[in-house]
Amino acid sequence: MATTLTPPNKVQGQPTTGSHIGKAMKRKEDPRLIQGLAHYVDDIVLPNTLHAVFVRTPYAHAKLRSIDTSKAKSAPGVIAVLTGADVKGSIANVPCAAQIPDMKLAPRPVLAIDRVRFVGEAVAVIVATDRYRARDAAELVEVDYDPLTAVVDAEKAIAKGTQTLYDEHSDNAAFRWELEGGDVAGAFKSAEKIVKQRMINQRLIPVAMEPRGVLAEYKTGEQQLTVWSSTQIPHLLRTQVAAMLSVPEHSVRVITPEVGGGFGSKLNVYPEEALVGYLAMKLGKPVKWIESRRENFQTAIHGRDQIAEVELALKKDGTILAVRARIVADLGAYYQLLTPLIPTLTGLMICGCYKIPAARIEITGALTNKMATDAYRGAGRPEATYMIERIIDVAAAELKMDPAEIRRKNFPRAEEFPYAVPTGLIYDSANYNETLDIVLKSVGYKNLRAEQEKLRKQGKFIGIGLSTYVEICAMGPSSAMPAGGWESGTVRIEPTGKVNILTGASPHGQGQETSFAQMGADILGLTPDDVQVTHGDTAIVPYGIGTFGSRGTAVGGIAAYKSLVKLREKIAAIAAHLLQVDASDLEFADKKVVSKSNPKKWINFLDCVGAAYVAKTLPPGMDPGLDATTFYEPTNFTFPFGAHLCVVELDAETGDVKLQKYIAVDDCGNVLNPLLVDGQVHGGIVQSVGQAMLEEAVYDENGQLITGELMDYAIPRASDVPWIETSRTVTPSPVNPLGLKGIGEAGTIGATPCVANAVADALSPFGVRHVDLPFKRERIWRLMREGKSGSAPAREPAGQSGAGSRAPSSGNGKSRNGKGANGSSKKGGSSKSSRRSR
Amino acid sequence: MIPAAFEYHAPKSLEEALRLLERHGDEAKLLAGGHSLLPLMKLRLASPRFVIDLGKLRGMSYIREEGDKIAIGAMTTHADVAASELLASKCPLISETAAEIGDAQVRNRGTIGGSLAHADPAADYPAAILALDAEIVAANTGGNRTIPARDFFVDMLTTQLRPGEIVTQVRVPKLNPRIGTAYCKLAQPASGFAIVGVAAKIVLGAAGKIESAAVGVTGLAPKPYRADSVESALAGQKASDKLFGDAAKAVAKGVEPLGDLHASADYRREMAIVFTRRALSQALAASVKPA
Repeated sequence: MATTLTPPNKVQGQPTTGSHIGKAMKRKEDPRLIQGLAHYVDDIVLPNTLHAVFVRTPYAHAKLRSIDTSKAKSAPGVIAVLTGADVKGSIANVPCAAQIPDMKLAPRPVLAIDRVRFVGEAVAVIVATDRYRARDAAELVEVDYDPLTAVVDAEKAIAKGTQTLYDEHSDNAAFRWELEGGDVAGAFKSAEKIVKQRMINQRLIPVAMEPRGVLAEYKTGEQQLTVWSSTQIPHLLRTQVAAMLSVPEHSVRVITPEVGGGFGSKLNVYPEEALVGYLAMKLGKPVKWIESRRENFQTAIHGRDQIAEVELALKKDGTILAVRARIVADLGAYYQLLTPLIPTLTGLMICGCYKIPAARIEITGALTNKMATDAYRGAGRPEATYMIERIIDVAAAELKMDPAEIRRKNFPRAEEFPYAVPTGLIYDSANYNETLDIVLKSVGYKNLRAEQEKLRKQGKFIGIGLSTYVEICAMGPSSAMPAGGWESGTVRIEPTGKVNILTGASPHGQGQETSFAQMGADILGLTPDDVQVTHGDTAIVPYGIGTFGSRGTAVGGIAAYKSLVKLREKIAAIAAHLLQVDASDLEFADKKVVSKSNPKKWINFLDCVGAAYVAKTLPPGMDPGLDATTFYEPTNFTFPFGAHLCVVELDAETGDVKLQKYIAVDDCGNVLNPLLVDGQVHGGIVQSVGQAMLEEAVYDENGQLITGELMDYAIPRASDVPWIETSRTVTPSPVNPLGLKGIGEAGTIGATPCVANAVADALSPFGVRHVDLPFKRERIWRLMREGKSGSAPAREPAGQSGAGSRAPSSGNGKSRNGKGANGSSKKGGSSKSSRRSR
Repeated sequence: MIPAAFEYHAPKSLEEALRLLERHGDEAKLLAGGHSLLPLMKLRLASPRFVIDLGKLRGMSYIREEGDKIAIGAMTTHADVAASELLASKCPLISETAAEIGDAQVRNRGTIGGSLAHADPAADYPAAILALDAEIVAANTGGNRTIPARDFFVDMLTTQLRPGEIVTQVRVPKLNPRIGTAYCKLAQPASGFAIVGVAAKIVLGAAGKIESAAVGVTGLAPKPYRADSVESALAGQKASDKLFGDAAKAVAKGVEPLGDLHASADYRREMAIVFTRRALSQALAASVKPA
């Protein structure tokens, strides 16, 4: 597979003559976003709107004895107060699209009925004439809870004898999922070296800048329900809301206005979306609900939260023979849309970008009294990448090999693609050696290692981390998706020649309003200003799947592309008829359709469009109009990849980890707009650095979310990251006609292990082999003091519940992760291979 | 923000504000920059019946020389304190500390008077205020009184302020260039508050000997304090890294450090030692270079 370092200016092998594709065009979306002119859900104001506020349980696990709403109902301005009992039978349970064989049921009513299972679960909803009155009334609802033991620790949750979340279950193990390919047992038997490491992907909170929000209006006469929601999946939401409310789907319209970030947290169907729709229908007035940040932290989905024992079987020369992972995935209390599916993606990607002949993955899903986990940017693949990228570094340390060398030894060669891995996936195309070479060369890897050695002697500890990742994108072929993996793309050319691309994807920051316009401009010989991209309205846009899984461009873009080509062909046929030339002789440029063989023969694009609508001069038998729709079904996933390298420096006195340098060489196939790709890479890396350094959703032993606000849940800021140096190789995907792969999650997938490997590398002089995420200062500080002795694990201090950690000590919560921070040899006895190498 | 209902007052004069405060007593809260009060009201952890907004008071935001002191109006924002050239040249510790507070939004709204009156144990200003032996001027309907910084902080979120009093001014000394100061802080990564913040002031005498030193500590304990043991270990000694390292070890003497999600008590104590040493070294470096 040919690769080049610079993105090609033209889509390979395609009939485009323009010069917009491949250009770093600034986003068409930006002016409205930057100037505050965009409309989010809360900016939409309808007359006579009522406001909903939810009453949420402060207990993680309790029986719901009774709810007394009488005081709230008589409070000023209150229109309605509803509990689970009031809507039971009227609104179906929250849907889950992912099924795993023999999975235990975990039905979630939209309002809790007889039991609450996580802090923040709604037990009642207040509707009042304004938000203040609704919130005041919420305080008047009296709920009688009978607290039960909170099940917080996923590993303890699945143990026999633990309190179950559901009376009908014998334990809290929701499912066991296994996947094996190749002769794993044989490989481990014949291995010359086995390394084993326990790893934790901590629970994260997605923290979209805009929390969730829903507005619903019901037109009683027309029997039409319109729901505005800050969602990534307007059509799926429409289908589900219609089903939950038992109304015909054609009577429901979902509009997705501007969405202030999703990261997967809005790839879901939430109770509030159905309830607000229900309330609008019941009350005959618009109803609005806007989520607070605290609610968002407690009740929008969380990400990651997997505990894994990962083992690698190798030859002495570093050749990997097999990988084995036992994973406990914390699912939370209920299944949201894709909850059970996410850890299985980890399983599928466990081989990373290495030739591993045999793999075995065992996943146990644990039900706990926490918010559900679900797809958070990367969704299962960051976990897999962390596991394989970490364990390969552990193996390198044990074998005294350079981390770059052991990787190179195990890469499949470029000519071996398409490459089948034992988990059943077929990687489409790659050249892993090339990205690694570029990254090593650009930092002067050998010199950097020498400098590291020199600095160590001066008592300065820098660490160099590598991550060579592969991810699974462009989700995906329908055969491998819970409910359809295709995407729709409609193109309409209006009588004035203006083009409208209607995409079933639902961009919310990814920039497809720009990149699709670039594509439309090149294919039709126009400018990007001539092309508008419309999305997020089920009454206007044909059914689509949405934006997630790095599919907006790599699937949605192809659908739009195919429709553009269809209309291009129709216009060419019209032009050929009018010019009396062969259609294959025509090209589109500068708003004209021109004969290639005789450039004097041309016609304005607009005249062709006019002909299509005036319909007096069309070729015989041609239908008028210019409108094309494509439902594009991809034949495979795509597998973008890359090599990242970073340098960290530790402050031995404080444990502070400073990220000094970050270099990313990514390959997402062909590129429509490199500025958008860089933006996705930068943002993804920063988010991933957040997982590495700062972020952790901490529940105390009572199931209280003690990182419940941005005052206590740290997310990365500009000052936490250095300038990120990005470059690309281009290995087009053979899966789709544009050779696109997708880039939305690459940074989030590649960067956490990169930083983790750097920190472990920096700590290696202290006898530390592995450090659990996140690299909070105190954890690193303790390892630097105690790592050598290997006796004391990094302990998390007692947390506090309440408004902020600085408040007077009222709680005594402990971090569940404290136990996992085994510095080096804490678990040394459990495996013959887990001795420290130093 | 959806707080509980409250009655809002925006007095135009200090006298009017004091009268309102006297009338409503415990049921009233003063609103300055709002960065402590509003988050509490948002979560309904605070639901005052009356909110007296000091934002409309005239003449409460200034930084000016008054004799051998610099007077800072209570409603002066952290951003204005941080940007003050007068403070940068005559009392840089206070402006450097202000520059470390929270983030740009917080500094643009938060005020020195509001911060001190709130007395958050992890706030930045108290360390500097203590090290500088600043004075806090409080007014009530009967007149003004001046409270030395050392007496001002009583406990977590508790000060010497009496019911009915409003902080009107903070006075900091003009320092001569031989006096070096520095504020060193380990910030909580989410909020920016100090896990530990240490403000140091070193007065150099002849032959490199330390005439006197002052060390203010915030974040470590329920209330900010002066590290007297460190100060006495330094007085009369010749400045050196070793001296600072040894003296810093006493910073938490007699103090029960706070512990929370972000830093255990052990870690906080150790960091107090590290940051005391760093603050002393930086203060020394600042003192030898005339401003």
